Amino acid sequence: MATTSVKQLPKTEMILPGTRSCAGCGLMLTYRHALKALDEGKTIVAVPASCMTVLHGVYPITPVKVVCINNPFAATGAAASGIVAGLKATGKSDYTVVAFAGDGGTYDIGIQALSGALERGVNFIYICYDNEGYMNTGTQRSSASPLGAVTSTTPILSKLQHKKDMIRIVEAHDLPYIATGSPAFPFDLFDKVKYAKDVLGSRYIEVHAPCPPGWGFPNKDLVKMGKLAVESGIHVLFEIREGRFSLTSRSLAMAKKGRKMNVSDYIKGQTRFKKISGAHLAQLQEFTDKKWNESLERHFRDNP
Amino acid sequence: MGQIEIITANTAAAIAAKLCRVQVISAYPITPQTPVTEELAAMVESGDLKAEYITVESEHSALASVVAASQVGARVFTATSANGLLYMHEMLHWAAGSRVPIVMACVNRGVGAPWTILNDQQDTIAQRDTGWIQMYCRNSQEVIDTMIQAYRIAEQIQIPIMVCYDGFILSHASTPVDVPFQDEVDRFLPSLEDRSGIDGKTPMNVNPLILSDPRPDANGVLMPGYMEFRYRLQQDILGSLEAIQSVDSEFQDTFGRSWGGSVWGYHMDDAEHAIVSMGSLASECTVAVDQLRSEGIKAGVVGVRVYRPFPSSQIVELLSGVRTATFFEKDVSYGYQGALAMDAKAAMYESKSRPEISSYVVGLGGRDVRPEQLAEATLKCVKGPVQHCWLNVSG
Repeated sequence: MATTSVKQLPKTEMILPGTRSCAGCGLMLTYRHALKALDEGKTIVAVPASCMTVLHGVYPITPVKVVCINNPFAATGAAASGIVAGLKATGKSDYTVVAFAGDGGTYDIGIQALSGALERGVNFIYICYDNEGYMNTGTQRSSASPLGAVTSTTPILSKLQHKKDMIRIVEAHDLPYIATGSPAFPFDLFDKVKYAKDVLGSRYIEVHAPCPPGWGFPNKDLVKMGKLAVESGIHVLFEIREGRFSLTSRSLAMAKKGRKMNVSDYIKGQTRFKKISGAHLAQLQEFTDKKWNESLERHFRDNP
Repeated sequence: MGQIEIITANTAAAIAAKLCRVQVISAYPITPQTPVTEELAAMVESGDLKAEYITVESEHSALASVVAASQVGARVFTATSANGLLYMHEMLHWAAGSRVPIVMACVNRGVGAPWTILNDQQDTIAQRDTGWIQMYCRNSQEVIDTMIQAYRIAEQIQIPIMVCYDGFILSHASTPVDVPFQDEVDRFLPSLEDRSGIDGKTPMNVNPLILSDPRPDANGVLMPGYMEFRYRLQQDILGSLEAIQSVDSEFQDTFGRSWGGSVWGYHMDDAEHAIVSMGSLASECTVAVDQLRSEGIKAGVVGVRVYRPFPSSQIVELLSGVRTATFFEKDVSYGYQGALAMDAKAAMYESKSRPEISSYVVGLGGRDVRPEQLAEATLKCVKGPVQHCWLNVSG
């Protein structure tokens, strides 16, 4: 049963006031709803060096009501594997192990450990919060940064390559559950994490997490930016259950009614795209259209 | 007494892990450690050992996964060599900082480039500043015994331990080993007390960001800063020499074998000339000493079993009475000299009666070094000190 009202969400807040995340943080809102979908006391989170480390606060105080085990940047998939094995070996059952890493820790430095864990079928959820760059260290380029974005390591020319297709890489591991999400669509995100919780094996959820300081938009526009990403087709909301691809939430509605927004509508409110060339914009639109059309085709093939 | 078996040091390490009832094993194959991973995998798959075995995709992940498994309460084991150990370097610091009682078999091998699969001790010596205890073994019997001791020590002081033994020379050489009986090991090494704190209720943030200065918790109690945690690690690793000694004594009471704690001596009671070394090379030095003694030279061996923490007072005590001390080691701190000689010289600075110290780098990348060569090199030092010489190398 899909969540349709805020009244259906658990009232328990796993994140208390006093986090160290920035105002308007996409990760913060993502984490809040993901944790609502998980069991209090029975959730162990593996976290690499990232914005998430900052969110979790500075020793000896933490505002988050979970067991969080921090690990080195490259090690998230391996640390989660160790937690799962250790819990099993010591007879601690009923825990959900959730790795929570950014795009740098997933697409780049963490991809080896992640691939290893997924190939072994480790029983855990891996959530990638994709803010499209090394935001914790100050907006450097990652392989998740989009074409045409200025980052602090592409300061003049902007990024010259498209974003890596991480979902295709993850899908090559044949997982029972893969999904995308957005903090701008919290019910959809909540439902997906809740569903993933009860699936056995490796589960992967990728959340597009807008970042006000990194992308250059006002803090108040977090949800707006998340929605524009979905509505322009930059980020598509879907889930893949045992190989069956289904669009969800706003993306599903768009599939039925037609897409309204263009990439230019999405990027105009972000200073990181202020220098984008006409050619890059056209390429980004073409790239986005191609992905969107592939999603549509796949959705209607799997859901005739 | 246990059962005598003809086994390699790798098999000894694998059997020891089983006898210690490790609960999570995670390892990545690398020569010459490979048989350890294979034999443990077979024990787990056959059901002889009830453990989780994670076939990781790298050494970095091997150590990351056993750190995490240890943090949630499991007794863990891993093994590696050479470049695999170097690949773990980040995780070595992380493991020690996490204060997890990991035991890792380090099968000593030279490091690339260029590639060698043969033995020296550059790999582990290069990890000396990571906060791990390092124990070097002379033979396969010492490997199996040290592994069992290592879990006791590590779990007592919450510091990870490398059990180091020489690749091929020990790892692939079959010798008789007295394999302890399981019930005796169980009495010596009780099951691991779960200190994870995971109880289904209590939130925790393990290894979070920490500031330089102490900071109060939510109740106003001042908690340590980064430097306090580092100071505790240093105090505890220094203090571990005592635990290493007492665990070795207790091991002797149970199994009838002692390995000398942190440092052992061979004919040191009346020695005028000491040879100082580690691992199987130290064992070979005893043969050189026998030769020197037959030639009328009162020589002896100081075997350094524990390199970190550095047993400086024991080494000073053993070397204060001798006229010369000759170091043989299979490592070098590039741009200076052998690490063991450097550390021992620094320790001897405090001593009033210092011997003349000579140092040799030998056996890198498997270069053969024979007892008579060690004896000859020592004899040269008896006549006058030799500063940082490389033995058996053509310039």
